[in-house]
Amino acid sequence: CIMSRVLLLGASRRTCVARAMSSTASPSAKHPNIGKFSTELKFMNNFGEPFITYRVLDDFGKVIDPANEPKVEKEFAVRMFTTMLRLNVMDSIMYESQRQGRISFYMTSYGEEATVVGSAAALSLDDVVFAQYRESGVLLWRGFTYQEACDQCIGNSRDKAKGRMMPVHYGSKALNFHTVSSPLATQLPHAAGAAYALKRQGKAACSVCYFGDGAASEGDFHAALNFAATIECPVLYFCRNNGYAISTPVSEQYRGDGIAVRGVSYNIHTVRCDGNDVWAVYEATRQARDMAVRLGTPVLVEAMTYRGGHHSTSDDATRYRGKDEVSRWSSTNNPIERMRRWLVGRGWWGA
Amino acid sequence: RLVKCFVPSTCPAITFCRKMARYSSSSLRAMSTGQAELKKMNLVGAVNDGLRIAMETDAQAVVFGEDVGFGGVFRATAGLQEMFGKERVFNTPLCEQGIAGFAVGMAAMGATPIAEIQFADYIFPAFDQIVNEAAKYRYRSGGQFHVGGLTIRTPYGAVGHGGLYHSQSPEAYFAHTPGLVVVIPRSPAQAKGLLLASVRDPNPVIFLEPKALYRAAVEEVPTGDFTLPLRCAEVLQEGSDVTVVGYGAQLRVLQAACDRAKAELGASCELIDLRTILPWDAETVCASVSKTGRCVVSHEAPVTCGFGAEVSARVQESCFLKLEAPVRRVCGYDTPFPLSLEKAYLPGVDRCFAAIKETLEF
Repeated sequence: CIMSRVLLLGASRRTCVARAMSSTASPSAKHPNIGKFSTELKFMNNFGEPFITYRVLDDFGKVIDPANEPKVEKEFAVRMFTTMLRLNVMDSIMYESQRQGRISFYMTSYGEEATVVGSAAALSLDDVVFAQYRESGVLLWRGFTYQEACDQCIGNSRDKAKGRMMPVHYGSKALNFHTVSSPLATQLPHAAGAAYALKRQGKAACSVCYFGDGAASEGDFHAALNFAATIECPVLYFCRNNGYAISTPVSEQYRGDGIAVRGVSYNIHTVRCDGNDVWAVYEATRQARDMAVRLGTPVLVEAMTYRGGHHSTSDDATRYRGKDEVSRWSSTNNPIERMRRWLVGRGWWGA
Repeated sequence: RLVKCFVPSTCPAITFCRKMARYSSSSLRAMSTGQAELKKMNLVGAVNDGLRIAMETDAQAVVFGEDVGFGGVFRATAGLQEMFGKERVFNTPLCEQGIAGFAVGMAAMGATPIAEIQFADYIFPAFDQIVNEAAKYRYRSGGQFHVGGLTIRTPYGAVGHGGLYHSQSPEAYFAHTPGLVVVIPRSPAQAKGLLLASVRDPNPVIFLEPKALYRAAVEEVPTGDFTLPLRCAEVLQEGSDVTVVGYGAQLRVLQAACDRAKAELGASCELIDLRTILPWDAETVCASVSKTGRCVVSHEAPVTCGFGAEVSARVQESCFLKLEAPVRRVCGYDTPFPLSLEKAYLPGVDRCFAAIKETLEF
């Protein structure tokens, strides 16, 4: 039992002390995590400059480096753009329906259309999705209908969840999208376990886990990333860093360099991308997914974006952030507009 | 083996299970499938044997937790990593919320994760994952998803020197959560059969093992693959004067108290082991109290809102006119679990006997 082990350790320590420390050529024992020693005492608290942010399009939808021109068919790109628009339109109608008293609650994805649709388009339907609550775009991409969304929000007899959950807590077995739960970040360890099960089942797929900048402060985030890295699970952790957790800006959420730098500390392959650049999100996700499946290890993608709307219908963001800030993002860094301009540049707009 | 189904307490199959269970443990020999072969095992050895069979019969079964690789701090997982490999039996980082969440995720994919929480006292970081996620996974998805393959096993209860953080009995917190199954075995054979049933039950199960009995309890255990029914209590000895109810390690204390009541008072005690705390077999207990008219419940956990409170409430609700005395609870006191005062804290034989005597003389 454990008591006898403790006693045995004590006994061997006594005899070790009795033996003199040998000064022969063999090096002394060293902790496995020690690299170089130094006689200079130096503290460090960051890696110098912020994580490099990958982007393909500039602010005006023009591909910056021609080598990064997306290699996609017109039909695929148009489908992505259409999905972003459909998400935006659905949000407008459903938000209003809540205000009219038709549904009890709703959450929009304004400003994050490229983040959710760009990433969804880079995945396979075999990839199992564990989401937070602002990923309706992933469901729409996979084929979730407006009718299914409305059924869930109303909670009628057609709702597959039998009217048990608040609106936007979608789930779809057919679309490999696990039912969303309200407690934040609980899905992160699930995604690690699910990925391990997928790996054991020999599937060429990964689990994909969406979460926000606020949820990344939860204990489950740290637990999950450490587990995924240590046990080696093919999971794609995707952070929608949209600058706010309800009223709390990122400056009050963390002091570190966002979420990306945390991935590195767990030895997880990490990339930060421009979340409002649909092709940056797409390519980062595509490569991350490929890496997760091929290597059987976790990958972290942090997409930098902006929450254009209120947190939910129960929130009034004007109480903690100015209308100017919101309109500046909407007019100068609008994901839908940037992609539209790219389509124009390709000659695919109105063709 | 039992038919796999999500069984509410009103299910007709339960009546059959209860009829089967209303025998003493000597009937285990008759119940074990095929093999009559028995072997002397202690409780932790029986758990180890059950885990081995669970792993052999289900390729999706995996065992993980802190230190399970080398055999576990109580040797419950001894030999399993050598037998099944590191892919199926592995250590996790030191993080209970991670262990529980990881297990939920595996179970959500149809796997059979058997997670260990090193001491029940450390299960609280995992409480959110167990209560908010595991217990509600099936319900909230309308049945599209579930984590039925999930089993969390953890040593609980007084051990003589555990103090606040190596002695707790947290079953009541989980009994308050619809969607979970909570199981507590009293002996080695019960532990093996109930563990196999728990692993195979299509619902998330919390399996609490009485650590005080890990080595102390030894009995003949069927070596083959067998299960014991969940959601059924077991009447250990029939009696006519008072119904005595308990579970886990406390049954030994209650048996001694009942023996003393027989010897000194000539009292005939009906002793019942609940075995499954949630959903609990109120039918068996209430049928017994309707017969005896008196009831004493006992557990180590603190008395206020301990599981005895649920038993008492239900018994007085269902058997009010049959009761000759108030339902008594003999439990731990409402304090954190002490170290040097453990003997005074625990509901020992003296206190249990006193409660039985007072109930009989009411």
